[in-house]
Amino acid sequence: MIDNVQLNAEGKLKHFITIEGLSNALLTEILDTAESFVGMTDQQIKKVPLLRGKTIVNLFFENSTRTRTTFELAAKRLSADVLSMSISTSSTSKGESLLDTIRNLEAMFVDMFVVRHGISGAAHFIAQHTAPHISVINAGDGQHAHPTQAMLDMFTIRQIKKDFTQLRVAIIGDILHSRVARSQIQALNILGAAEVRVIAPLTLLPAHVETLGVSVSHNLTEGLKDIDVIIMLRLQKERMTSALLPSESEYFKCFGLTESKLKIAKPDAIVMHPGPINRGVEIESKVADGPQSVILKQVSNGIAVRMAIMSMAMQPLGGLQ
Amino acid sequence: MNKIRIQHGRIIDPANEIDRIGPVCIAGGRIISVGNEPDSFTADIVIDAGKQIVCPGFIDLSTRLREPGQTRKATFKSETLSAASAGVTTMCLHPDTNPVIDTAAVAELIKELADKADYPQIYPIAALTQKLEGNELSAMLSLKQAGCIAVGNANRPIKNLLILRRAMEYAASHDLLLMFRPNDYWLGNNGCAHEGAFATRYGLPSTPDAAETIALDQCLELAELTRCRVHFGQISCKRSVIKIHQAIKYGLDVSADVAIHQLHLTENDMTPFDSAYHVLPPLRTESDKQYLRQGLAGGTLSCICSDHQPHDIDAKLGAFPETEPGVSSLETLLPLMLRLVTKHAITLEQGIAALSQNPARILRLNSGALTPGLSADICIFDAELEWQVNADNWKSLGSNTPFWGQTLKGRVTHTLQAGRIIHSLNTI
Repeated sequence: MIDNVQLNAEGKLKHFITIEGLSNALLTEILDTAESFVGMTDQQIKKVPLLRGKTIVNLFFENSTRTRTTFELAAKRLSADVLSMSISTSSTSKGESLLDTIRNLEAMFVDMFVVRHGISGAAHFIAQHTAPHISVINAGDGQHAHPTQAMLDMFTIRQIKKDFTQLRVAIIGDILHSRVARSQIQALNILGAAEVRVIAPLTLLPAHVETLGVSVSHNLTEGLKDIDVIIMLRLQKERMTSALLPSESEYFKCFGLTESKLKIAKPDAIVMHPGPINRGVEIESKVADGPQSVILKQVSNGIAVRMAIMSMAMQPLGGLQ
Repeated sequence: MNKIRIQHGRIIDPANEIDRIGPVCIAGGRIISVGNEPDSFTADIVIDAGKQIVCPGFIDLSTRLREPGQTRKATFKSETLSAASAGVTTMCLHPDTNPVIDTAAVAELIKELADKADYPQIYPIAALTQKLEGNELSAMLSLKQAGCIAVGNANRPIKNLLILRRAMEYAASHDLLLMFRPNDYWLGNNGCAHEGAFATRYGLPSTPDAAETIALDQCLELAELTRCRVHFGQISCKRSVIKIHQAIKYGLDVSADVAIHQLHLTENDMTPFDSAYHVLPPLRTESDKQYLRQGLAGGTLSCICSDHQPHDIDAKLGAFPETEPGVSSLETLLPLMLRLVTKHAITLEQGIAALSQNPARILRLNSGALTPGLSADICIFDAELEWQVNADNWKSLGSNTPFWGQTLKGRVTHTLQAGRIIHSLNTI
């Protein structure tokens, strides 16, 4: 159902709301397109005129530094005009509905919304109700999806590991509240990963998590065996106050990634994290900054991948010739 | 008052075990004969019910008309018209109006509004606790005297079980029925979907079925302790049906209903983020749906309710978790009940009884039957007539239904309330 919202009649990307329902070919096209932008970002002149004259509005109803910055940079490198708006919940509680906000911006002739919102389904809702010429990119909605983050993670994995079909990937931590995890799981399954394993206590796993296409472990030591890619998730402080976990230190003891635990995984395993990291809570500094960590690579790849997605959604301008 | 003869119809009256073709005669607002015609009866109005079914008017245990307080969503006028067109002649109204039905004055205001709307019989349900806050008892006796038919706390929680116990004891003292929708506030966790595969995939806040069954267990224990009569509303899952079945077998004076959409839809039917499917309790699994149907067929769930909740467009326009729950469901009640008959889940007699005889018994109303002498509350419907759910055919101000645009089979052609024709399809 969702793919109908984000694909146009020709099956091309119109919005980018979720990974669900997208084909292996389309995800690969995104990764290939991103590849062509990566080389470009090393050049002296970091701009291409693909989206010249287009106006992109970053609509952030939730705080974000990294995601917003990389979206902004990506848009600027595509020569688009960018407007970033942080809309605090207080201004929407003045009575202006989400739809009113969108309608007002539409009236200013924008071409694309990049939306981050704290409620699951917000980006989908905006895509359904916005004017037909506008594309919507989901920069994270509630606990539902964060598809550009998942794609930059796939891009980083492919850079290093090349072939998804041989990979065993472990996602560790707060799956329950993680839109990143949901999108990663979908992307890895579509791209044919041999196994996606989630490792967390039951309090941080959604009900029937196996229906997402994952195997489940509650034990990091056992769960890391044979793993090629380790994805750590951020642990929010409020998980302690809502009785999901006893303490940060106990969490670190059970699920924190340390040098010794990392040795359980395959020797060439890579360590990823969507950021921002909590050092000493989900990951030890030595690991985060260590040789197997690709965390900063993820950040730089974020720009190229977002350039790819933005340009593809703005058909027929999308794609590099 | 007019003398009316309904002729050539198939009369189905589960209370009197009647299923035959024949006339129903009405005089002075009351039924005077069923299946035959008294000598020297001359009708002023003749309704030809050929190829149609004549049955008792429907009694709906769970409705919200949004007045007073939310007239932007719906009004007594709009929703009673909707009810009349759906064959509903009696409705129970939840107390979560604004103001809440927790004083005799508000109950009287509701009765005034109902009289003005001049359509089906409306019975307010009194708030069990003041302002529905779950802290202090409402003036239940005054509310009963002002016309409230039962007590309940709508969908609001009573977190403290001691208060629920006291409220049930007090209700039992005044022989008041408690209408209770079981949902543990904490386990419910402000969910907007069933805790299952769908909510997991779409990252939606979810409510497990245990939120219902645990609250149900607690209330069953208190029913035993307090001797309060309890009717459980809008049961949604398998284990609730099992528990209620056991409680009835054990001898507790309890009963239960199910909302019509729960008998047809599950989480698998939900279109992602389509707010029309946002209902509470949430749509659950296929296995739950099958148990609800079996519970209905076996009599554990004795009534079907519409759980009518009309909304304005804005209430359903937003990201799924932020939209308001509920379906505008009076007008799809009959066709969806008939669909259960077509699917052999229940018999037509069971379906009609679940909408008339059984709710009347639970409310202790002298209605829900076509017995000579009773008020002529009658529904006449064409079980084969197909119609599309669209603006032309819709009366409720709320068009929030997952069945919008669908073609349904079965339509009410006439509704009579106390011998007055309050709905006639042909004259529209």
